[in-house]
Amino acid sequence: MSETNETELETLTLPLDGWHRAHGGRMVPFAGYWMPVQFDGIMAEHQWTRESAGLFDVSHMGQLHLSGDDVVAALETLVPGDIAALKPGRMRYSLLLADNGGILDDLMVTNAGDTLYMVVNGAVKWDDIAHLREYLSDKITINHLEDQALLALQGPKAVDALARLVPGVTDLVFMRGAGFEWQGHALWISRSGYTGEDGFEISLPAEAATAFADALCAEPEVKPIGLGARDSLRLEAGLPLYGHDLDPETTPVMADLGFALSKRRREEGGFPGAERILAERENGAVQKRVGLIIDGRQPVREGADVLDAEGNMVGRVTSGGFAPSVGKPIAMAYVPVAMAEPGTAVQLGQRGKIHQAKVAAMPFVPHRYVRAGASK
Amino acid sequence: MSRYFTEDHEWIDLDGDIATVGITDYAQGQLGDIVFVETPEDGKQFAKGDEAAVVESVKAASDVYSPVSGTVTEGNSALDDNPALVNEDPEGEGWFFKLELRDAGELDGLMDESKYKKFVESL
Repeated sequence: MSETNETELETLTLPLDGWHRAHGGRMVPFAGYWMPVQFDGIMAEHQWTRESAGLFDVSHMGQLHLSGDDVVAALETLVPGDIAALKPGRMRYSLLLADNGGILDDLMVTNAGDTLYMVVNGAVKWDDIAHLREYLSDKITINHLEDQALLALQGPKAVDALARLVPGVTDLVFMRGAGFEWQGHALWISRSGYTGEDGFEISLPAEAATAFADALCAEPEVKPIGLGARDSLRLEAGLPLYGHDLDPETTPVMADLGFALSKRRREEGGFPGAERILAERENGAVQKRVGLIIDGRQPVREGADVLDAEGNMVGRVTSGGFAPSVGKPIAMAYVPVAMAEPGTAVQLGQRGKIHQAKVAAMPFVPHRYVRAGASK
Repeated sequence: MSRYFTEDHEWIDLDGDIATVGITDYAQGQLGDIVFVETPEDGKQFAKGDEAAVVESVKAASDVYSPVSGTVTEGNSALDDNPALVNEDPEGEGWFFKLELRDAGELDGLMDESKYKKFVESL
């Protein structure tokens, strides 16, 4: 046997690994898998997605089916969203909460008919499954769909390209999904994503992923996009990234994700950390996640300090970088509530240098979702 | 005028005792889209290996080390407004800074163009 290298053993490959390499993807380890950080270049890929359609491989994410009697009520003991109100084919953003109200993960949950379909973050999917298994009764079945790939097609022309392969998708609107078929393969497609643009997320059997990616990229609107542009797009869209902008030390109120606390659930309670979270909602949390626009051209990144007028550290930058569509460096940070109003001037300290910034409303780039009832 | 290359993917043009320093085409390709460059001020003194400049791509910040010892005579102010020059013309208009060389002996052992080319191919 040849020598083995421990780190190589630890980094796994996804169904489209060879496809990415053949398309010039620069592969890096991410969430335990080899994934493409870029193809043509982050700036070009970012702009392409905003103007046309970008294909993202997000097969590292965890796809779960939850089923069993009272599965809805069972899941509601772990998340603050109104899952019972989800009609078939409807989905909702929600949060897996620890007993103290800290965020264990953010996720999408869909009423897929017989089951609840959940998509969770790749980096914490094993922890999520362990948590669900520990807290849900044995009557609930958790099926980890490890043989499913997950693709996202994002951008204003995503609908044109995808509809040529799967005509029915034009009937979907934002945050709705349905089952479709392509060349004999079952697809679950929702109109959703992580870029702020219109677009779709497509769950499909791993063995069909290469052919489907080829078919999509044969459409003139579509190019493959790497993780680098995925990050700059979601940052501009004001969407938090778990493990950076959200973690067990942050609560839904601190993270400014109050919309994930459904009205019925706020009134009834009964989710982890409800007492603390509802009190924070009433009285305000100590800190809040905000957007920042940085003066000058130098990016201020995760880990930089937020300073008050006297130079005391009062907060932290959790994501940051140059925003191609804004043309300036932007960031997300946790700051004291007193400094959270848009327009507030703040100072940031990074590698011994002070940067001036202003709190800005998010999203930095307007969302362009195609919602139910909206005229096209 | 002779051009030298380092294993840190910097190039040095020597004209008399003035060295012009930049990063190579390989280096800019690895960094990707460059969005910010901080060049050193005139008169700043560097020992070989000191942090001399900062280059930031969309993804990350990287330090550029002074490949030789000397005193800075000029930073490339064109990079303030147009950092993408480093992507477009890394071994020409996208130079970082010039310095007055303190010890020409430090150039011994640096690579010439053909050696550097082989070095990059071996990576």
